Amino acid sequence: MLENFSFRTIVEYLPLFGQGLVTTVWLSALSFVGALVVGIVLCAMNLQRGWLFRAPAKAYIDAVRATPLLAQLYFLYFGLPRLGFVLPELVVGILALSLNSGAYIAEIIRAGILSIPRGQVEASVASGMTYVQRMRLVVLPQAFKVTIPPLLGQAIVLVKDSALLSLISVAELTRAGQLLASDRFMPAEGFVTIAAFYLLLYYCLKGLAVLSSRWLGTAGART
Amino acid sequence: MIWQQFLSLAGSYPLALRGLGMTVVLSLISLVAGTLLGFGLGILRTGGNRLLSGVIGAWVDLIRGTPFLVQIFLIFFILPEFGIELDAFTAGIIALTNLAACFICEIVAAGIRSVPTGQVEAALASGLSRWQRMRQVVLPQAMRIVLPPLVGQYVLLIKDSSVVSAIGLTDLTRVGWLVVQRVPNGLLVFFLVGVGYFIVCYPLIMLARRLERRMGAAHGEVQL
Repeated sequence: MLENFSFRTIVEYLPLFGQGLVTTVWLSALSFVGALVVGIVLCAMNLQRGWLFRAPAKAYIDAVRATPLLAQLYFLYFGLPRLGFVLPELVVGILALSLNSGAYIAEIIRAGILSIPRGQVEASVASGMTYVQRMRLVVLPQAFKVTIPPLLGQAIVLVKDSALLSLISVAELTRAGQLLASDRFMPAEGFVTIAAFYLLLYYCLKGLAVLSSRWLGTAGART
Repeated sequence: MIWQQFLSLAGSYPLALRGLGMTVVLSLISLVAGTLLGFGLGILRTGGNRLLSGVIGAWVDLIRGTPFLVQIFLIFFILPEFGIELDAFTAGIIALTNLAACFICEIVAAGIRSVPTGQVEAALASGLSRWQRMRQVVLPQAMRIVLPPLVGQYVLLIKDSSVVSAIGLTDLTRVGWLVVQRVPNGLLVFFLVGVGYFIVCYPLIMLARRLERRMGAAHGEVQL
């Protein structure tokens, strides 16, 4: 039983957990920005008429969605040095999360853009707007509204996925728990504490998703 | 050079097959158990008992709010402290089944809630028992909403099964990790691992898309 569950050790290790939490937060934030860039580019390619841009974007999205993130992470971790890029684990991790999440975000944005009624686009064409004006003034502002809640859902997934980076020894939150577990042979203390920290992050983002869907008057996020 | 690596890789095909087999077995067992459990929980969640529904909701949130890797570590390292000895395989099955059950519970609950209340009232008025109501009126209609995301959830489950390699199970991802120590060509090795997952997952993704399109159309008819 857990009769000797040691809160004292947890307190002793709090600075380590704090560092891990901070790392998890900023590396997730950075990866999310990267994923947005990847997602927007993929989505733009996917919305083209010709197959030249569409086919590679579709193939990439399918490939990412049909394989596990862990395999993708190892692909980059063991594969990049092969191509002559010797990068720190942290950079490889952020790259993997961005490239993975980007594929999902591309689909979220696409669904948002496709949810705009055709009549709106036709009306803006009839008003003589250019493609850029149409996108900027008519399509994107409306798509934005539909896109925010699922994007926050994807952010939650990304934060949880970032735990996998501990497996290539990035010093984030899960790694901090592993260190406590292995240094002191206290797995309960280590893993219960990080689970609590992840829950904290989860409820923050979930609260944000609920609030945003209320403000925007859209359906809630699916996480 | 690359040809030698290919030969060396070809030599490790029994290991690769074993890994793929492990991935499929893990996914299949937890998929079946998770579906059964998930449907049960989903029905209980919408059953009207506030307390029960609250407890299930809290558990589901707990599981959805923590990384799967952390859940596996918790199960694998902490259950033994309660006197339950686990091997990695059982721990993996428990973790995956629990994860699947929690997500499927919410999918099923959403499906059940989508059935118009008039249907339930009509079933009540016809004197159907609770079980008959569920089986003959509610679930068949809920399935339209449930089926597409359910198949999507199976894809996620198969992918998540890769994480159990972290506690030493020789699944497909772990095989890649082992092989890359011998044949140091990460691009090639994990490309092949990816192909393995793709072969298992992609047909399911296509099925989910197809169901979504079909059920979407069916749903539209009902709304008319």
